[in-house]
Amino acid sequence: MSGEINTAARPARSGSGGQGLLADLKQVLPSILILLALLIFNAFFTPYFLSVQTLNVNLTQVATIIIVAMGMTLVIATGGVDLSVGSLMAISGVLAPLIFLNPAFASLQGLGIALAFVVPVLVAGAFGVLNGLFVTRLKLQPIVATLVLYIAGRGIAQVITNGQLQSFTTPAFTYIGLGRPFGVPFQVILMLIIVALTYWVVKRTVFGRYVLAVGGNETAAGLSGVPVSRVKLAVYAISGLLAGIAGLIVIAINSSSDANQVGQGMELDAIAAVAVGGTLLSGGRAQVLGTLFGALIIQLIRFTLLAKGVPDAAALVVKAAIIVIAVALQQRRRRE
Amino acid sequence: MTAPTSAPPAPSGPLLLDMQHIQKAFAGVTALDNASLGVAAGEVHALIGQNGAGKSTMIKVLTGAYRRDGGSITFAGQPVDFASPLAAQRGGIATIYQEVNLVPLRTVAENIFLGREPRKWGLIQWPAMNAEAARLLTELGIQLDVKEPLGSFSTAIQQMVALARAVSINARLVIMDEPTSSLNEREVETLFGVIRGLKARGVSVIFVSHRLDELYAVCDRITVMRDGRTVYAGDMQGISRLQLVEQMLGREIKNAGAQTGFVKHKGSAGAKPLLGVGGVVRGTRLQGASVEVGEGEVVGLAGLLGSGRSELARVIFGADQPDAGELRFGGQPVQFRSPSDAIKAGLGFCSEDRKAEGIVPELSVRENLTLALLPRLSRAGVVDNRQQAEIVERFVASLGIKTSNPDQPIRELSGGNQQKVLLARWLAMNPKLLILDEPTRGIDVGAKAEIQRLIGELAQEGLGVLMISSELEELIEGCQHVTVLHDGKTVANLAGDEISEAQLLHAMAQGLEPEDMPRPPTPPQVRA
Amino acid sequence: MLSTNAKADRAKRTRLLSTLSQYGVLAALILLIVFGALRYTGFMSEYNFSTFLRYNAMFGLISLGMCFVIMTGGIDLSVGSVVAMSSVVAALLSPYGAFTALLGAVLAGALVGLLNGWIIARLGIQPFITTLATLLGARGLALLLARNQGGVGVDTSNTVFTWFGQGDLLRLPVPGVMMIVAFVLGAVALRATPFGRHALAIGGGEDASKLMGLNVGRIKLGVYVLSGALAGLAGLILASQLGAGQPTEGLGWELSAIASVVVGGTLLTGGTGSVWSTLVGAMLLGLIFNILNFENGKGIISLSPYWQSVIRGGFLLLVVVLQSRLARQKGRS
Repeated sequence: MSGEINTAARPARSGSGGQGLLADLKQVLPSILILLALLIFNAFFTPYFLSVQTLNVNLTQVATIIIVAMGMTLVIATGGVDLSVGSLMAISGVLAPLIFLNPAFASLQGLGIALAFVVPVLVAGAFGVLNGLFVTRLKLQPIVATLVLYIAGRGIAQVITNGQLQSFTTPAFTYIGLGRPFGVPFQVILMLIIVALTYWVVKRTVFGRYVLAVGGNETAAGLSGVPVSRVKLAVYAISGLLAGIAGLIVIAINSSSDANQVGQGMELDAIAAVAVGGTLLSGGRAQVLGTLFGALIIQLIRFTLLAKGVPDAAALVVKAAIIVIAVALQQRRRRE
Repeated sequence: MTAPTSAPPAPSGPLLLDMQHIQKAFAGVTALDNASLGVAAGEVHALIGQNGAGKSTMIKVLTGAYRRDGGSITFAGQPVDFASPLAAQRGGIATIYQEVNLVPLRTVAENIFLGREPRKWGLIQWPAMNAEAARLLTELGIQLDVKEPLGSFSTAIQQMVALARAVSINARLVIMDEPTSSLNEREVETLFGVIRGLKARGVSVIFVSHRLDELYAVCDRITVMRDGRTVYAGDMQGISRLQLVEQMLGREIKNAGAQTGFVKHKGSAGAKPLLGVGGVVRGTRLQGASVEVGEGEVVGLAGLLGSGRSELARVIFGADQPDAGELRFGGQPVQFRSPSDAIKAGLGFCSEDRKAEGIVPELSVRENLTLALLPRLSRAGVVDNRQQAEIVERFVASLGIKTSNPDQPIRELSGGNQQKVLLARWLAMNPKLLILDEPTRGIDVGAKAEIQRLIGELAQEGLGVLMISSELEELIEGCQHVTVLHDGKTVANLAGDEISEAQLLHAMAQGLEPEDMPRPPTPPQVRA
Repeated sequence: MLSTNAKADRAKRTRLLSTLSQYGVLAALILLIVFGALRYTGFMSEYNFSTFLRYNAMFGLISLGMCFVIMTGGIDLSVGSVVAMSSVVAALLSPYGAFTALLGAVLAGALVGLLNGWIIARLGIQPFITTLATLLGARGLALLLARNQGGVGVDTSNTVFTWFGQGDLLRLPVPGVMMIVAFVLGAVALRATPFGRHALAIGGGEDASKLMGLNVGRIKLGVYVLSGALAGLAGLILASQLGAGQPTEGLGWELSAIASVVVGGTLLTGGTGSVWSTLVGAMLLGLIFNILNFENGKGIISLSPYWQSVIRGGFLLLVVVLQSRLARQKGRS
C-alpha cells in the first residue's frame, strides 16, 4: 500500500474525494481508452454495430453484472469479498414469483407485484447482513464467511421451489427486465441509477469515506472513531440488496425463475469486473467508474469475438488473459 | 563529547567483526554517519541507543538487509558484503529477532532443521531429526518435547530454539534484537545461561536491549549509538548506568537551552484536574501506572523504551482495556470501551506509529484530516463539502501543512506534514485532552519546532496535553509536569524545577542515586 | 523446563481441543454411517458403497490438491474448470490408448497448475485473482476443445479407459482406489518429504521460511501443479464414468473442495493441514447427499435432495465457528 511515489504518467487513484467527475474519469483513463478502442474497432469492422439494437443487447447483458459488481466494489474496498451474491440472486429470484403468483394476491395484483419487488430484495439484504455478522462477530475470513451462503443459499432457493422452474407472464413484473421506457431497457436505467448512487455514496457520504478508511488502514480508522464493524456489516448488506435486485431482473428477462441457474457464476463475473476496473483486492480503494468500465470491456470483448465468429468459449480464455494482464499492470504501476 | 568516538579500547581477543566508517542514508536523510562496531570472538557485546539512533540500521547493513553507502565490514578476517540476511546466515551471522522469525505452527525440531532435514531416500528421518534437536537443546541446557509445535512454547523457549538453529548452522556471531522484552525474570536468567554457553563455545553475541541491568549482567563490552553515530565503545564495567543513559540521550544539549520550539507557560499551580489515572494494570506491560493532567497543562510521560508509555496511552484512549486501575476524566470516573467513546468525551490520540496507526495512506490530506470529524461535518450522512473545505483550509494554513493541494494522497507528504495533518485531525475536534505519542519523532528540525510551539500554544488556550517523548529537551522545556514510568510503574512525578536532566535520567534509570557506580553483574530485576 | 505449569496446562487443553475438533469430524462421519446403517436397508450394501466412492472420489482428489494449496496460504479456484477441461482431453485421447488419455488428462491439469503457480510466484498476483482467471480460461479451453458440444464421446471400445471410471479392482471401485492411493501418497508427502514440510512452513510464515533458506517460489509452483494434476485425474474419472468429456461439468466444484478442506480442520490462513481430515471432510459432505437420498427413499419424510446444499452450508458454518472459537482460545493462551 505504501511507498509509492506519484508520477505524472500514472493516473491518480480514487478516494481523493471532492474532486470532480472529470478527475475521476481521468483516473480510469486506461479503461476508457481500451473501451473506446474496442468501440472504434467494432464500428469499422462489425456490421450493424452502431445501432441502438446492438447497444441495447450489450447493455442488457451486462446490466446485472454491473449492479452486483457495485456492491462487490464496496465489499472489496473494505478488504473483503462476497462469494454469495449468485446464490442470493437465486433466493431473490425464486421468492418473487412465489409472491406475485400466490393465489392470495389474485385480487390484489398490485400489492402482490409491489411485495414481489420489495420482499425478495429485503430477504437478500438480510442474508447480506448475515454475511456481515459472520465477518464481524464470528471473525471469519470473508472468503469462508461468504462461502457458507454460497453453498447454502442456492440450496435454500432450490428447496423453496423444489428445484422446479417457475414460468410466468406477468407484464407488470417483467417490466424490470423487458420494459423499454424511451426505448432504453429498464434494467439499464436502473443500472445507471445504481452506479450513480454508488459513485455518489463513495464520493460524498460519510459512509463512503469510512469504507475507504476501513480498507485502507483498519487500525487507524478504529483509532479515529470509525465504527469499523458497522461499516463492514453495511457493505455486505448492500451487496446482498443489490444481488437481490439483480436476481429479480434476471428472472424478469427470462420470464421464468430457475433456482439452479439464476446468478450462477455471478460472483466471479463481478469480482472480475472489479479487478479489471482497478480496485485491488487488498482494499482501501473503490473505483466505481472503473468497475463500470471493467464490466463493459469484458462484455464488449466477448461481443466482438462473437461478432467475428469466435466462439463464446474463446472469449472466456481472452477474459482470463485480460484479468491477469490488467491486475499485473496495476501491480507493476503501484510498485514503481 | 568526552567519550571516544572511534578506536575503542582493544578488546581481549582479535576482532571477529569489524565495521568501520559505515554510511547509510535513506532518501537523503542520513541514518548512519561514520558509525563503527567491533566485536571480538567469544564476546557478548551490547549495542544500545534510543529509537532512531541507528542500531537497527547498523544490524541491517551488517546482515545485508540494507546496502551500505560507504564503509567497510570485516568478518572473521575477510571483507564481506552480504547480499541478504540469508547470505549472512550462510556466512556465519545469525539474527534472532524480537518477533521470533521461525514458524510457530511447526515443531521445535522442524524449526531447527527446516531446509536441511536429515533424509533417506528423499524421506525425512524424523527419529534422527528429533534426537538431534533434543541433543542440541540439551547442550544449551533446555529440555523439552521437540515434537511439540514451537508456538506452544513461551517466547523465551522460541528464542532458544532460534539460538539452537543458529548454533547448528555453525553461526559464529549471533545478533539478538531485544530478546528479553517479553520475558519474565526466570526466563531471562535461562536465556543468559544459554548466552554464556554460546560464549564458552567461542560464539560472539551482539545483544540489543534497553534494560540496563541486563547489559551489566551478561555483556562484556558495549557500543552506544546516537543520531547515526557511534558515540561510545568500551568495556561494560567501565561505564556507570548514569553515564550510559547520558551517552544514549546525548548530554551536550544540557546547557544549550531553548533547543525546542516550546514556549513554556507558568501558572499551572491551580490547574483544574482534567485526567486522572491511577494504578493501571494490564498484562505484564503495565504494573501500576498513574498520571494526572490538568486543563491547560502539558504533562510529559517519560521512560525508556518498553517502560509502558504507549501502552498506558492506549488504555487511556480506550483502545485497550485495563485489568485494573481507575480512570477519571473531567472529575467523573469513566471507562472508555472503545476509542469512539473516548473521542466523544473529548480525547484525541496521535499514535507513535504514524504509518500503521495514524494515516490512511491512500486517502487524501483532506480526507485524513477530517476522518474523526466526519460525523460533525455531515448532514444526513452527506459530507458538507463547503464546511469541510473551510476547515481543511484553515488548518492547512494555521499549521503550515505543506501540500500541493488538499487532494494529494497523504502518503506523498513528508513525515512532519503527515504529523501535522494528524494533529489537525484531532484539533478540528476541539478536544479537551490530546495524547501525543512521540509527536516529533522522525520529523525534520523545522517542522519539529513548529509542532512543539503549536503544542505549547494549544495548552495556553486550555487544552490538556499528555505528551510521550524520548527527548529530554522536549520534556524539560515543554512540560509543566513529567511523570516517569519504569517497567510499567510510575516511579516519579516531577514538577517545576525538578524537571531537570539529572532528575529525569535518574528516574528513567530507575531512581538510581547519582553516586551509583558500576557494579558486578547482578541478577535481573523482578518484572513479573 | 521453562514454561510454567499454568502454561503447560493451557497448552495441553488447547491440544485437547484441537484433537477433539479433528476427531470431531471423524466422529461425525462415523455417527452418520452408523445412523445410515441402522436406518436404511441397503445403506451398507456393496452397491451403495461402490457408487458412493465412484462419485465422491473426484471430490476427494481435488480436495487433496486444494489441501496442499491452502496449506501454503493460497487458494485454487480453477480446479472445477480443470476437471472439465481434462475430461475433454481424456475423451479426445481415448482412441489413442487408455494410458495416453490418463497421461494427457493429468498433464493438461498440471499445465494449468504450472501457469497458476508461475503467475502467483513470479508475477506476484494474489492466488484468488490468478486462479479466478484460470477458472475462466480453463473452462473456455474445455469448451473450445469440445467444439462447443455438450459432450465429447469417449471411444467405448477402449475398455481400459472405461475401467478407470467404472471398473473394479479387488472389488473396490477403481476411482476409489485411485483416491486412496493418492491420499496415502499425499499423507506420506506431507508427513515425510521436504516438499510437504516446506509447504506447511511457508504457509505458517513466508518471510521466516525465506530467511531460513527455503525456495518459496518453487514450493508454491509445486502445490499448484499438484492441485492441477489431481484435478486432471478427476477429469479422467469423470470422462470415463459418464462415457464422455464434460466441458460444462465441475461448476462450483472448487468451492466444494474448499469446504471439504475447511471442514477437515485446515485453516484458510495456511500453515496447517491434514490430509486425512480433508478426506474425512470430503466424504462427510458427500455422505450428507447419500443419506438424504436414502431418507427420501424411505418415504416417511420427503426432503428434497436440494437440502444437501443447505445442510452442507450449515455444517461448514458450524465447523468454522468452532474453529474460530478454538483459534481464539489458542490466541489467549
